[in-house]
Order: sequence, then structure tokens, then C-alpha cells
Amino acid sequence: MNAPLLRVEHLSMRFGGLVAVNDLSFTAEANSITALIGPNGAGKTTVFNCITGFYKPTTGRLGLVHGDAAMWDDLETITRRGTRSLRRPGGILYLLERMPDYLVARHARVARTFQNIRLFPGLTVLENLLVAQHNPLNRASGYALLGVLGIGGYRKAERAAIEKACYWLEAVDLMSRADDPAGELPYGAQRRLEIARAMCTDPVLLCLDEPAAGLNPHEKADLNELILTVRDKHATAVLLIEHDMAVVMEISDHIIVLDYGLKIADGAPEDVRNDAKVIAAYLGVAEQEVERVQAEVAG
Amino acid sequence: MHNRQTSIAVQTPVAGVDLASAGKDALFSGLLAVGLFLPLIGFKTVTNIRNELILETRFGLLAIFIAVMVAASLVNSFVIAPWRARRAVRERAPASRLAGVLSKYFAPFALGFVLIYPALVFGLVGSTGATKWIDNFGIQILIYVMLGFGLNIVVGLAGLLDLGYVAFYAVGAYSYALLAQTFGLSFFALLPVAGILAAFWGMMLGFPVLRLRGDYLAIVTLAFGEIIRLVLINWVPVTNGYAGISGVPRPSFFGIPFNASDDGFAATFGLPFSPIYRTIFLYYLILALVLLTAFVTLRLRRLPIGRAWEALREDEIACRSLGINTTTTKLTAFATGALFGGFAGSFFAARQGFISPESFTFMESATVLAIVVLGGMGSTMGVAIAAVIMIGGTEILRDLDFLKDIFGPDFDPTQYRMLLFGLAMVLIMVWKPRGLVATRAPSAFLRERKAIGRDLVKEGHG
Repeated sequence: MNAPLLRVEHLSMRFGGLVAVNDLSFTAEANSITALIGPNGAGKTTVFNCITGFYKPTTGRLGLVHGDAAMWDDLETITRRGTRSLRRPGGILYLLERMPDYLVARHARVARTFQNIRLFPGLTVLENLLVAQHNPLNRASGYALLGVLGIGGYRKAERAAIEKACYWLEAVDLMSRADDPAGELPYGAQRRLEIARAMCTDPVLLCLDEPAAGLNPHEKADLNELILTVRDKHATAVLLIEHDMAVVMEISDHIIVLDYGLKIADGAPEDVRNDAKVIAAYLGVAEQEVERVQAEVAG
Repeated sequence: MHNRQTSIAVQTPVAGVDLASAGKDALFSGLLAVGLFLPLIGFKTVTNIRNELILETRFGLLAIFIAVMVAASLVNSFVIAPWRARRAVRERAPASRLAGVLSKYFAPFALGFVLIYPALVFGLVGSTGATKWIDNFGIQILIYVMLGFGLNIVVGLAGLLDLGYVAFYAVGAYSYALLAQTFGLSFFALLPVAGILAAFWGMMLGFPVLRLRGDYLAIVTLAFGEIIRLVLINWVPVTNGYAGISGVPRPSFFGIPFNASDDGFAATFGLPFSPIYRTIFLYYLILALVLLTAFVTLRLRRLPIGRAWEALREDEIACRSLGINTTTTKLTAFATGALFGGFAGSFFAARQGFISPESFTFMESATVLAIVVLGGMGSTMGVAIAAVIMIGGTEILRDLDFLKDIFGPDFDPTQYRMLLFGLAMVLIMVWKPRGLVATRAPSAFLRERKAIGRDLVKEGHG
């Protein structure tokens, strides 16, 4: 049992009369892969957008801890205090719902990919990975003031950034395409590059929105490998939205199932797989009818 | 290989000219010319001696225009179209070695040319003609090159469509004129002040438009340009309204003024007095400013801030997901662009000696934007070439007397200046829709710097 990294409590998101996410609570643990599954329109991407700050949740609390798990004891303190984060010698506690999107990425170190890939198509593969390291590089260039004059340690910082980019290019097998524009890559390579770009921000939590969509079985196997590497070698927790059960069941440590914005199941892969509610939701029938439908399909 | 063969098979029938369709095209061009030019050229109203308005017809001239259109259509069908078809069949060869050598040596050659340009002109046309060539062509073009570089940061790199860029040009010009007259400070002391004031107004414009994108951003920036101009017109106690500010102090040569007095430039260096020394000095001054701007722009493109601008143009949401503060990134783009606009403005005021709101109309913004788009958005060299074509082109079109030989002595060529200019722009945009320099050079590379085709590069939408 790992320490919790992200704690989602009573998260609700309404768009006018539509309740996209309804009172959702779950925990993602450090060094683990948590999958968020459910039929189309269940509210999975909305949950992602709330966690990464792109949406302000209607209600709910989203806590994230860097470092010592004892930081969770301060959750009530920070909530009452009304600040975004609380720093103690052992670690930092963030309340993500209070932070704008770019600070969630910069300070809370939550990186994400998008369902419809969002690369910078006119920049090269290498440049995409350098943009991801914008904040440390910009500091090293003296916010461009020293960099224009050519003083300060920017050159060294850029060399280090290129080295890190090369590491991730090796990891996603795109070294040979480093100087090609990202928009020219084939679809599967674009998906891998987006993950590499997110990892270049040194995240503690990586949110992947349908990373296996449109990949062939061979590419899916490579993707599983890559996600496991992220968890094991880089101590980064992964939050995964995925429809492909081969991917989800094989690599997830923990699965949460959503249907119409409500959590209907939460647990280890084998428990979720046999859950009657989950099967009913995926078959699109009422729970009582599941056995009849399954018998019909089998017969 | 298979692919290539099919493409040849498809293209072959096109290579032969289809007479019927060529004739049809020519007919339609002729009809179009009739519809377009009949009201414009076929009829002309003149006031006679009794102050009555009389309708005159110019059917001979109209016939010439229609004939030119029909001929152009036939040339297109019989010469240009087959040539394009042949070229499309040929496999896209990597840029030839000659082109590679040309592009490699073009920048140093161009730099050398602009450095010796005054001497060159002097040698070719002598001292009286040289003033016109250095002033109307050299200085005028370089001012627009500088404005183009500034707007290129906002539009070309950051992808924020700004239609009110002239506002910063005006702020720079009025800042210099007013501060120089009031406090008697020198040009070189006020140049940075004017630039910083313009950058400040760039930020002021930036704040309200941060939430806007695309067309909405364009309209608000357009309005901002007009607001600045209307303030200049109506704030009479400070700006002197329509009458403008005259007697703006001219820059001196490190304290030595350019005049006919005993301690003037000519007397100090033992030369006979001539206004050309000032012109040459102004030429090298604006050239230095342009080179500084180019250097800073090229430097910024390779720094994180420049990459963030380009990333913002490509995908703003992805930028935010990587922890980039898009608000400050946009503001720095507006401020940097405005800074260069302010430098150009204060130089303009110092060179003219007189400024009025007339010089800062929307037409200026449109011209600078056209330079950036024509040059290829984001390309420094492209913007410089486009400024030479746009500004140099309009200046050259002032001397159209040779057209009198074609259309007869009654023909007034100056009336057709903007028409020809518009036609030239349409042709260039048809030939090179993504601008003259249609590739993007990457800001960093691992093994090889490959140019990126413009079709992949986004234009930005706010």
C-alpha cells in the first residue's frame, strides 16, 4: 500500500443543467497506475480537466502532496486558510482546484496529454521537448534579459535540456526523427511524443487521456512498456483514461469506473472486471438484465 | 515508384493544350474585364468651363485593358499552365545546390550592399540625385523594415493578429517630439525613453485583449490604433491636433549639428556644406537600428521566450498544460513588438522634423501587416525582402512615364499606381501563398537544421 498522492473529494462539475461529474471521490497512490474507465460521455475527461486546472470544479476538493505523506494532516488547515499551497519541511500540500492551469503544471507538477493530440506541429520534435522545459530554461536565461546579451549560464542549461530531451527521445524511440517537424510524424509516434513532452516537465503525476486510441496491437504493447517504465524508473504516478481493456487490465494497479458522472466501481482490476454494475454499464442495460443479455449473447 | 507512374499518367493529358477551354477562359476574362473596367475606365466625369459635370467615354483605353486581360488569359493557358503541369510531374527535387549557395550567401551579400549603398548611389547618380535615392528608398524602406521586424514578433511569432500596430509608431514619434521640445534632450537619450513608453502602451493594449482570439483580437487592436490617433487629433493643448508638431529637433552627429553654421558638421570637417551629409547620417542611424532589431529578434527566437511565442502560435492549450504562463508570454510579445515600433517612430519624427496624426492612419498598420504576411510570417529575411518590394515598389511606381509611350500622351500614369500595386500583391500571393520565405528555420537541432514547410506551421488564432 503506497501513500496517497492525489485525493479527489466530492468533485462535482456542472455545465448549466448537465451534471458531468457527480460527487466523485477517489485516491491515486504514489508509484502506481490508476485507470479511469467508463462508457463514452461518462465524464472521464471532465475529471482530467478539473485535476489539471482547465476547468474550475463546481464543488469539491483536490489535494496533492509532494514528499511526506504526513502533509495530509494539514488538509483542513489549508482549506480553512484559503491558500493554494502549504509548505512544511517534509513536503508541500497543494489544493489543485484553487490553482490556474499553468500553475498546476508548473508547481504541482501534474502533466497531461490530450485525447485529440495537441503537439506543436510546426516545431521540430526536439523543439517540442524544449518548450516543455520552458520554465527552468527561462530562469536560466535571466527571463531573456541576460540571454539576449549572451551572459549567464543559459548555454549550459540548454545543453542539459537537450540531453534530457534526448533521453526521452530514446525512451519513445524517436531519436531518428529529432529534427523533423512534429506534424509530419505518423499518428502513433505523435502519441509517444506527447507522452515524452509531458515527461520532460518532471511530473509527479502524469495524466494520460486515451493514449492507446488508434494504435495497433504492437504499438499498444510498446505503450504498456513505456507507462510501466514511467511508474517504475521515474517514480511518477500515472492516471489513465482508456477504453482499451487490454491496456487497462494489464497495467493498472487500481481502476475507477464512471457512468453518467457517478462512480460505480473502485478497486483492483480483477474485482472491477467481475462487478455486475460495471458489466451492466458497458452493455448499456439495467443491472437485473445482465444475466439474460449475457445468456443471449452466449447462446 | 508505383505512385510516381500513376501521377505521370494522370498529368499527361493536361500537358497538351485544350483549345476549347483556353478560348472559354479567354472569353470569360474578357467579359470580366468589361464588367470590371467599364465603370472604372470606360466612363469619366469632368467639369467643363461652366462648372457642369459631363460624362466622357474612353472606349479606346477600355479596349486596351480588355485586350491585356484576354492576352494574359491566353498566355496563362498556353504557356504558364503547361509549364506548371510539367513542373508538378517532376519529382520534388531537394533544393538545388545553386539555391543552397544562394541562400547561404544572400544574407552577407545583402548586408554588404546596404552598408555601401550610399556610396554606390553617390557614384552612380551624383550628389543631387543621391539625396532622393538614399532618402526615398534607403531610409524609407529601412523604417518599414524595422516596423516589419517589430510586428513580426507579434503576428509572425506569437500569432496574435494586431491591426493597430501604428499606435506604437505614433507613441514613439510623439514621445520623442514632445520630450525633445519640452526638455531639450538629445535624440540618443530619448530613443530608449520613446521605446519604453511604446512598450508600456503595448502592455496597456495587451491586458484587455488577453481573453480575445482571432477576429475579435484583430478588431480590438484596430480600434486601439484609431483611439490613439483620435487622442492625438483631439488633445490639442499637448499634441496641437491636426496641425501637428513642427520643428522637431533633428539628431546631431555626436553633438555637432548638421547645418551651415561655423560649428556645423560640414565646417567642422572642412567640407563644403550640403544637406546630403545629414541624409547619409540618418541612413546609417536607421540601418544601425534595423541591425540591432534583427540581432535581438534572431537572438530571442533561440531563447525560451521566443520558443514559447512560437508554441503559443501553434497551440495555446498545450502551452498551458506545460506550465507556460500564456498571459505574460503574450504581454512580452506585445511589449517587444511595440518597443521596436516606438524606436521606429522616434526615428521617423527626428527625420521628418514634423509629425501630425495624418502620418499614423490605419493605412500604415495595413502596409506593415502586408509586409509581414508577404515576407512569410516569422521570417526575418522574408520581412526585409518584402519591405524592399512593397515600399520600393510603390516608390518606383511614381515614375511611370514610360507608360505614356504605350497608352498615348493623354495617359496619366500616377492614377494607376495603387491599381498596379494591388495587382502585383495578388500575383505574389497566388504564386507564394505562404509568403516569400515559405519555410521556418528551427530554433534548435540535434544533427541537421532542416527547414520546415509552412503548410505545417500554424498561423495562430489569437
